[in-house]
Amino acid sequence: MALSRNIGLAIAGISIAGAVAAFAMVWRPAIAAIEPPAPQSFDPALVKRGRALAATGNCADCHTRRGEKDFAGGLPVPTPFGTIYSSNITPDPETGIGRWPEAAFTRAMRSGVDREGRHLYPTFPYDHFVNVSDEDDRALYAYLMTRPAARQPARRNELTFPYNQRFLIAGWKLLFLRQATWQPDAAQSAELNRGGYLVEGLAHCGACHTPRNALGAERKSAQFAGGEADNWHAYAINAQSPSPVPWDAEALFFYLRNGWHPDHGVARGPMAQVVSNLSSIPESDVRAIAVYMAAMFGAPTPDRKRQGEATLAQARSPSPDKGDAGAGAAIYAAACANCHESARPPPYGGINLRLSTGISSPDPRNLANTILTGVRPVQGERSPIMPGFAASMDDAQIAVLMAYLRARFSTQPAWTGLENTVAEGRRGQALFLQTSAERRNAPADSAQRDKP
Amino acid sequence: MMTLKVNGQDHRIESEPDTPLLYVLREELKLNAAKFGCGLGQCGACTVIVDGKAVLSCVTPVLLLEGRQVTTLEGLGTVEAPAPIQRAFMEEQAAQCGYCIPGMMMQAQALLARNSRPTDAEIRAALQLNLCRCGTHMRILRAVHRAAALMRTADASTSRRSAP
Repeated sequence: MALSRNIGLAIAGISIAGAVAAFAMVWRPAIAAIEPPAPQSFDPALVKRGRALAATGNCADCHTRRGEKDFAGGLPVPTPFGTIYSSNITPDPETGIGRWPEAAFTRAMRSGVDREGRHLYPTFPYDHFVNVSDEDDRALYAYLMTRPAARQPARRNELTFPYNQRFLIAGWKLLFLRQATWQPDAAQSAELNRGGYLVEGLAHCGACHTPRNALGAERKSAQFAGGEADNWHAYAINAQSPSPVPWDAEALFFYLRNGWHPDHGVARGPMAQVVSNLSSIPESDVRAIAVYMAAMFGAPTPDRKRQGEATLAQARSPSPDKGDAGAGAAIYAAACANCHESARPPPYGGINLRLSTGISSPDPRNLANTILTGVRPVQGERSPIMPGFAASMDDAQIAVLMAYLRARFSTQPAWTGLENTVAEGRRGQALFLQTSAERRNAPADSAQRDKP
Repeated sequence: MMTLKVNGQDHRIESEPDTPLLYVLREELKLNAAKFGCGLGQCGACTVIVDGKAVLSCVTPVLLLEGRQVTTLEGLGTVEAPAPIQRAFMEEQAAQCGYCIPGMMMQAQALLARNSRPTDAEIRAALQLNLCRCGTHMRILRAVHRAAALMRTADASTSRRSAP
């Protein structure tokens, strides 16, 4: 009797301890609401710094839906677990963050918990924002709290069970959220460390460019090995980069600042928004990002360097058309070559396709998406443009064209299942183009984009 | 030699298969509504409709179009019996030099086929890649709204007539 009572007590004790531990892990207190602070109460210099930081963090891209108010949320973000809609981060008191004190904002950035204590889905990349400094969080808060308030209630997420249970996010955090994952390396230059702080923190480059595991967390062992964004492939930006010509700090800086590079082509898909933002932040920060990322790519091997140089030489003096036969060759010659083999330099002439990362990439989606939608112009700015072929080519025609481009312009093995890729691209890109915001933050000097 | 279906009629085409649709329309079929602007798919003056969607005919080789339906401005209406989109553009006097207008009308026609009541923003988005250098943009915008209204009325009167 005594024994079984003791066992009973022990089990009860363990259960209670377990429940307490689980409660402590899941439960987060609400932080008291405040009266929305007056915009004038923020230091204008702080707000201005916050503006550049928000551009670095690409906040507007996810938190703005096409045709709606800036930062009012509502953008559908496709994930393997369902669709998550971004939240309203304008200072609207009812539907935005108007009643959030700075402490609540900082807590959200660090640990993904909203003011009321609810766990936020890691689509909001707090696993990177945990690295953002107090003073940068303060500037971001000042910037967001001085934007025009927009009344827009949150759209309901479309997640399947069990992913619609927010308490599970606490378990995700236990597994994957580390406090301050990034530390400066005293052996490196201040510039490289500045770049690391931005890349690993606010700029959250790995959120797209690092592959994710089955639970949607970045695989740290495969950092920058290529990931996913809005049905586009985010290329590997480490030693595995599929770029035909290896990247260096100078090329990265030019590309990130201007949105294109003569040896690499034009940023498109979700990256178009990123480079559009980076054209408006301090140049020194873009340079720091480029220096850090060049270190992540690493110096190319002698073999890769040689191949890159050979490809560049071929691209600069293209061999005359070999008179390739076949449907793909015919489409290329008739629809693509006019721009892609013209003497006009990029970004207004098409890049020589030997240099195209999309054609050399292991993932065919970016090439399919680009053929379908082209490159849209940026409003009010001289910018590269490519017509889309979604209406003039059917899936089979695009597939046969892609197979030809792969065989002629890359050294990589043939892709398979291209007709499916194209069909999925049509569906995915229709949603992306309808909902993602127009590119904004055009450079102060609009001539900047097209000057080498 | 291939067959091309334009405005409901089959045509035997003599041009090489890699010839842009625009040249075939203008030179071989003498359908001159679609215009040559840039030849690079960047200005929209050459816009026609293929299977209901707006297509830039200067960057569309005819080899892509076997078995598909091409519609040009000539296929919508005539001077005597203009289609709603043509009537609306005339009534709003939306043309100045007029070079871009056939492309504008075809792009707008494709828009109205999928959206019978577009907003200003939707019209602007659809016509974003059609350039007009005279600057009649506000009239073009009004003309597209007017065409939408004309088409809705036409639909309503047709359905009234067909009702028992």
